Order: sequence, then structure tokens, then C-alpha cells
Amino acid sequence: MKNRFFAGIAAIAALSLPVLASPALADVTIGVTVSSTGPGAALGIPLKNSVELWPADVGGEKLKVVVLDDAGDPSVATTNARRFVNDDKVDVIVGSALTPASIAVAGVAAETSTPHFSASPVPPNISKGKWTFVLPQDAGLIARTLFARMKADGVKTFGYIGFSDSYGDLWVNQYKALGEQYGLKMVAEERYARPDTSVSGQVLKLVAARPDAMFVGASGTGAALPQIGLRERGFTGKIYQTHGAVTFDFLRIAGKAADNTIFASGPVMVPEFQPDSSETKQEGLDYVTAYEKKFGAGTRTQFGAHIHDAMAILKRAIPIALKNAKPGTPEFRAALRDAIETGGPFPASQGVFEYKADDHLGLDDRAVVLLTARNGKFELVK
Amino acid sequence: MIATFLIQDGVTNGAIYALLGLALVLVFSVTRVIFIPQGEFVAYGALTLALLDNDRIPATTSLLLCFGAIAFLADLWSMRRGADVRAFTRSLALNLVFPAAIYGLTTVLVPLGLPSFAKALLTILIIAPMGYYVYRIAYRPLADASVLVLLIASVGVHLAMMGLGLVFFGAEGLRARPLAEANYTIGSLMIPAQSLWIYGSTIAIIIALYMFFERTLLGKALRATAVNRLGARLVGVRTQLTGVTAFTLAAAIGAISGVLIGPITTIYYDTGFLIGLKGFVAAIIGGLASFPITAVAAIGVGLIESFASFFASSYKEVIVFGLIIPVLVWLSLSHAFHEEE
Repeated sequence: MKNRFFAGIAAIAALSLPVLASPALADVTIGVTVSSTGPGAALGIPLKNSVELWPADVGGEKLKVVVLDDAGDPSVATTNARRFVNDDKVDVIVGSALTPASIAVAGVAAETSTPHFSASPVPPNISKGKWTFVLPQDAGLIARTLFARMKADGVKTFGYIGFSDSYGDLWVNQYKALGEQYGLKMVAEERYARPDTSVSGQVLKLVAARPDAMFVGASGTGAALPQIGLRERGFTGKIYQTHGAVTFDFLRIAGKAADNTIFASGPVMVPEFQPDSSETKQEGLDYVTAYEKKFGAGTRTQFGAHIHDAMAILKRAIPIALKNAKPGTPEFRAALRDAIETGGPFPASQGVFEYKADDHLGLDDRAVVLLTARNGKFELVK
Repeated sequence: MIATFLIQDGVTNGAIYALLGLALVLVFSVTRVIFIPQGEFVAYGALTLALLDNDRIPATTSLLLCFGAIAFLADLWSMRRGADVRAFTRSLALNLVFPAAIYGLTTVLVPLGLPSFAKALLTILIIAPMGYYVYRIAYRPLADASVLVLLIASVGVHLAMMGLGLVFFGAEGLRARPLAEANYTIGSLMIPAQSLWIYGSTIAIIIALYMFFERTLLGKALRATAVNRLGARLVGVRTQLTGVTAFTLAAAIGAISGVLIGPITTIYYDTGFLIGLKGFVAAIIGGLASFPITAVAAIGVGLIESFASFFASSYKEVIVFGLIIPVLVWLSLSHAFHEEE
């Protein structure tokens, strides 16, 4: 009995030996670290799911993907990134879903000269880094689109309610920088946290300030709490929501309260409604069809689309880099970085990326659309 | 005008915190466990109800089966040195047959399209036994450990239950439908029927707990254990039974809180912790011993939270949790000596 047991172990060891020993040199290796557990799980899980839709090979080279969970914790993200570089010898790092963790990964990427795609917005000092490329839309881009729309709607004053964290601060800072330009005045500023059970106090204060419109700086279903609260307290004016709120879960929770609301969003939420001339339509349809086929109808998110877009960029950049160097070498990583910087424009599901040496955000107006909600569905605002 | 709205909001949330605070005091006084996972039962309750509302079989039923199976294995392990048939059948019935029955009941009832009140009862039936299993699996083997060890075990149970919540319910929040849709207007004040349910249930549970502790033998046994564990054992109180009762009651109260709060806010798999912590603030003010002070303090926490969210929403949590500090200072000054450990 015991002998057979040891024989089994030996057989397994023998089988796994070639796998362990095979050098990753010939393959293109990508390390992905996302927060599939912890406070960023709502963002991280669609990212992780989208990795499963990546192709098996790119530019004729086999693709090897290592996915790790960082729970949104910067120190875990750092460890993951180091593991990618030291053990897996990756050519590209993708991640993470939350800003603090992405900053941590960017640090390792810069230190080890590894191209890095951040799936969350990062502060300007990080996006100016040589090795980090940002996938999500910059807050300034979204804010300019929303503020312009508010001006066009005749809004002069607005009340603000947002998360009591960096996401909530982000929009207030954008208002401070840009608001005057669009003739807007913030008459009340309120904060709440995602797990709060009530926003009645904040909502009462906002309604009492009698603004023309409301601006909600929150994400996911968390953005539904003030949306419902404002409608319950009889606010019938327009409510403006950022791209973070554009999920089907939001509509499911908010229901009728989501009427008369303008959302800024990445184009991937509505590829079906985009005109055929739109450069984001084909990539968006490809991603949404594949994702919803695997995970069910109505499961698409903007977060997951960033993973698709990273691959859309790599599909074009890797063949360019392969002309100059072999994967798994520092030369290949440098060539890949240059290819990402100069090989654009890359049409993708969330916009058209055109990175430059001094611009690692790479997106323009084509990366934002305005949506409204009707009968539990998002519709494109004409 | 605004003040009346804020008071109403504060009392509604305070009533929920009161239920949680009472459950925490109950568990601590009987078993010396600081029951951090209390909030998870609230989240489980609310999420289970929300799934039942969508006519889906909540994953908590399968979780209950798993818990039962683990508890059964634990029982088998403790019976490894000889066991009698009675203990074995009892364990079999309690840990395997009972959760299977609840599972069967849920699968039969859900497609029938239950009225909302029946869904609420079903939710409580699914969640309450978890209190027993959590006690059996995590706390009973540690019954004689120090408060600190029990606290650490609580942190572990809390993290485990939160992780399971993420697996079973997903990362996005859910909202249940209210027990009754109606709204009542008194003067300028609009009171949703759901708030009346919350007030009514809280008062009913407080009265029921009072009757339980004053009038029933089991309740008196619980009180005896709370006063002096060793003494209660010496006079023949089965302290394991009182522990089981305390945990099951706590889980039931948590499930009821979840059913009550699920329709008025969006609940996430990790929301329970924060709600539980606010109940904990109230329980601390009550010295983790006094039920009436805890209930009153919970309403106070709700009111302060509500007014803080109006006047200084960015500092709301700071104000609510900052409340603990002067109370702790007062408690440590007024209680010169510590209780037996």
C-alpha cells in the first residue's frame, strides 16, 4: 500500500518536472494581478474573468498567463509583481484594479524595466512613469464631458455627494480645476461610505440647498444609495453619474429612481448602439459577445473591458517587438515598451489608444459616451 | 422639519443597532465571546431575502449543509473514543437531517412564489441554525479558553464568513423588497411601513428576551451562566446548552435584523461588519452587560449618526466611533477592579 502511494507521488513528480523545468523563453508571458477578493472584488472579478477570454497565442508566440489575487492590498500587489518578474520572467504586467495597488505595481515595473498596464486610474506622477501605461479613462476626460453636458442642459448650480475616499475627492478636485470654465457652482458637498445604511442626512442637506442638478461621485451599486435617497426625498431634477456607476447592477438596484439621469461611460457598455463608423464598435462587440456568452447576458462591465483592451494593444505591439528581440529578455521588454508607445493608434473597446512618450493616458473624446437609463436599460444620448 | 426627518432616520437605524447590541451582550455575558461575526448574520439574512425575492434558491442553504457536515465531522471526532447510539443519532439528526430538511423545504417553496412575510420567515429559518453550527465548529472546543483567545477566534470566524459571503453572493450589493410597500403620513412626516416593522420587531424582541430571561428555566440558566459560569456549573446548569442557546438566539436576531434592513438599503457581503460594529459601540456603552442601557445607547448611536451625516458627513464615522473613547474612560474610572478572568 505504502509503496504504491510513493510510486504515485513519484509518477506525479516525474510528470510535473518537464512543466516546471520548461523555460518560458519562447513564450510571451503576462502577469496579471487583480483584487478578486477584498474591498475591490466588484472590480477585480470581471477583470479576472476577462483574462480567460484572452487568445492562446499572439503574433505566432504561445501566450502564458499567470493570474494572482492581491485583495486590493498594495503590499500583496508588490509581492505579486516581484514574483512575476523574478520567478515567472514576465514580459508584461497587468494590474491592479484599485489605485493604491496599481501604484505599488508601477513601482516594481519601473524598477525592473517591465511594461505595465494599470487597470485603474493612477495619479499623474505615476502615469508619467516610463513603463506604466494607463487603460481607464482619465477623470479629467470624464469630468470635462459631464461638465460640458451640464452646461448644455442649463445647469448653473449643483449639489455633490460622493464616496468619502479618493474616488469622491477626485470629482471635487476636477470641479475645482474645471468648474468655473463651464459656469458651474457647487452649492453643497456631502460624503458617505459604501457600506452606509442611510444617506438621509446628506440628502436632506443637498435638497435644502436647492441646486439645479445633483452630481454623484460614487461607483457600482454604491452609487444607487444617494440616487434612491434623492428621489425618495422628492428631488426630480437631473442627476449626473460618473462612469463608475455604469453597471447593470446599478440599474437593478435603482430601478425607477434612475430616471432623468445622465451617465458618463466608456463606449463598451453600448457597442450595439454605436454607429458603424465608430472605431470602438467592433472591438466592443467582440468583447461583450464573448464575455456574455461565457458569463451570462447582462454581465458586461467597463472594468473587465480594460483587460480586453490591454490584449487589443498587445496583439499589435507584440509582433512589432518580436522583430527586434526574443520574449523573456530585457531587450524584448524594452522593444515592447517602445512598440506600445509608437505603434498606435490602437482601436479598443473603451476608446482608441494613442500613447506617446509624454502621454501614457492615450485616450481622447472617443473614449467617453453619455448614457441615460430607460426601462432598466442604458441608452446612448444623442 | 429637517430635524424630524433626521430623528426618524436615526431611530430606524438605531433600532437595528439595538438588536445587534442586544445579541452581542447576550453572547458575551453567557459565553464571554465578543461576537464579531454578528454583523455577518445580518448581511446573510438581507442577502438571502433579496435572493428569495428574485425567486432564486439562496446559496446560504447549501452553506448550511456544509456547516452541518463539518459539525457532524467534529461530533464524530469527539466521539472517536467510544460513542453511544443516542448521541450518534442525535448528532446525525441535528447536523445532517435538519439542514437537509431546510434545504428541501426551500427548494420546494421558492418556485411557489411566496408572500413576502413567508420569505422573511424562511430566511430566519435558514440563518438561525448557522449560529448553532458556528458555535459547534469554532467556539465549543474553546469553551474554557480566555477572552482573548475567544476574541481571536471571533476574528477568524468573521473573516471566514465574510469570504464565504463573497463566494456565495458575489461582490455587488443587493436590495430586498420591503415587507409592506405602504407609506403612512403623520402631519408632515412620512413613515414607510418598513420602518414600522423595524420598530415593532425591535420592541417585540426586547419584550420576548425579557420574558425569556425572567420566566423560563432555560432563560434563568442563561442568566446564571452569565453571572458566574463555574457556579452555574456546580449547581447543575449545562453551560454548553446555554452557549448553544445564546449563539442560536444571536444568529436569529441577526437574521431578523437583516430581513428588516435589507429593503431599506443596499447590502453587500461585507456590509454586516460595519453595522455590527455600531451595535458593538452600543454594547460597549452598556458595559457588555446591561440590556436596557445597550438598547437606549443604540438609539443614541443611530441619532448621532443621523445628525452627524447632516452636519458633517465626512466625519460621520469618526464621530460615531469616537463616542467609545469617553465611555471607555468613564467605565475604567468607575470600575476600579476587574472581574474574574
